[in-house]
Amino acid sequence: MNRKKRSFNFILGTVLLALTLIPALIGLVWTPYDPESMDVANKLAHVSIRHIYGCDNFGRDVFSRIMSGSGITLLIAIGTVACGSIIGTIIGAFTGYFGGMVDTAIMRINDVALAFPSILLALVIISLMGSGKYQVMFALGIAFIPSYARIVRGEYKRIKNLDYVKSAKLAGAGDLRIMFVHILPNTKAVLLSSVMIGFNNAILAEAGLSFLGIGVQPPDASLGRMLSEAQAYLFTNPGYAMFPGITIVMIILGFSLLSKEIG
Amino acid sequence: MKYVAKKVIGAIITLLVVSLLVFLAFAIIPGDPALSRLGTNATESALAAMRERMGLNKPIPVRYLLWLAGIFKGDLGTSYAYEMPVTALIADKMPITITLMIYSLILMLIISVPLGVYASYKEKTAIDRAIQIINQIIMALPPFFSGILITLVFGVGLKFFVPGGFVSIGVNPVRFFKFMFFPALAIALPKSAMILNLLYTSLNGEKKKDYVRTAYSRGNTSNAVFFGHMLKNASMPAITFIGMALADIVAGSIIIEQVFGIPGLGRILLTSIQNRDYPVVLAVIMLIALMVVVTNLAVDVIYKIVDPRIE
Repeated sequence: MNRKKRSFNFILGTVLLALTLIPALIGLVWTPYDPESMDVANKLAHVSIRHIYGCDNFGRDVFSRIMSGSGITLLIAIGTVACGSIIGTIIGAFTGYFGGMVDTAIMRINDVALAFPSILLALVIISLMGSGKYQVMFALGIAFIPSYARIVRGEYKRIKNLDYVKSAKLAGAGDLRIMFVHILPNTKAVLLSSVMIGFNNAILAEAGLSFLGIGVQPPDASLGRMLSEAQAYLFTNPGYAMFPGITIVMIILGFSLLSKEIG
Repeated sequence: MKYVAKKVIGAIITLLVVSLLVFLAFAIIPGDPALSRLGTNATESALAAMRERMGLNKPIPVRYLLWLAGIFKGDLGTSYAYEMPVTALIADKMPITITLMIYSLILMLIISVPLGVYASYKEKTAIDRAIQIINQIIMALPPFFSGILITLVFGVGLKFFVPGGFVSIGVNPVRFFKFMFFPALAIALPKSAMILNLLYTSLNGEKKKDYVRTAYSRGNTSNAVFFGHMLKNASMPAITFIGMALADIVAGSIIIEQVFGIPGLGRILLTSIQNRDYPVVLAVIMLIALMVVVTNLAVDVIYKIVDPRIE
């Protein structure tokens, strides 16, 4: 890929993310309207200057709800990726570094979990724990562990036989020190690109779960939840479904364009 | 043959591990199914009798083995909410979901393979770039949003189908397949974009290899080199991805069933999760696991056929 195209991807990715993430960040402290206040007079109002994205079936301002909803969606994504990558890294580090029977057994279970779509794994966990934003974060976080464990394990298996690790061992460094001070920084490149991809997958999975009605619960807004509510009003106010949907697409597209640059 | 046998054994072990883990997860959660069925006013003896009837008084390992044995006899337990055998409950929903999955798999291949090959064939032309840009956007579409867009364009706008107007295959097969085309398309579109991308990248990678140059120097036409030599080698990453995409198609069909109002496995799974109807949830999860494992097995075997070098 030539240089010009690279910078184009980078600029477009940054612009898309700026357009979605900045309102989400502002939405944490301020929104034009209260995202939960209902206004019967504006029920399913179309796009106008007062309500730039129109209103939903309760007369709530769609733009304000997208602002606070994308905030919740992003928080869940961050929590999910943090949970999945940290626990996954620890499991991957230990199994990859030490190997042996435990490694074989854990990786067998890991492979089984990987063969499962992560949203289904999350469904199982949610059916055990109930729904809500923290449950979604927890469920998806657990569902994301196997893929990180697998990636990190591969890296550790490769790196542990390199010369610098051997010399660290000769110098008397302990196993834990070698694992997390010497090897971990060298898995950065692989880990970073899988965190970016994981972020996208987490946004999609959260939106999917909330769309099914078992993710984020009212009165919290989330992009997936808004889409599922909007579905009943496709005839009367198509904009209500379009804006949250387009916001998701912009976030995903932005992240995947940027991760191409980093990867 | 040894390769296939190894894969089959691996698949069986996988299924056993899944069944054990899922069963354990549902067995150890807090809450007494007998209590929730009879209500808090039930007497202790009634509860004990109910536990006995539901088979809850036995130790967990015994319950697991009984449940496993039941599966082989085609008995998936009894639904708490509907008080009928789970098998009867999901028997007519399974074909709907499987149809949706196969339909979207076929659409996925019909869309992605010719376009990927065409784009690579026309590399660095305006058509190639146009395909790439549209592809990039479609890749970012979540399946439920592509479903909503398709409903909006083809259902509300062009009136090609009635949104929510599902017709079962027994009532009218033609309308059934006509209706199912749209949800299948909604699942297939984002996946096709990814396969297109993979096929395109690997085809372009093959172009630079020595055997391609040799094939040209032997006097082959570019069509012969492209379709006779490169396509087979370039299809490997795409086949791997199709294997992974199948798992996503299963997950996608659960969501898409909600968008289009299709009474399939996804619908019963969701209502059962909301009703805490664990035998049904357990059964549907196991069925989905079975589908995922079997399709992965098929992909492994196809892999071996396409590339006999694989061990």
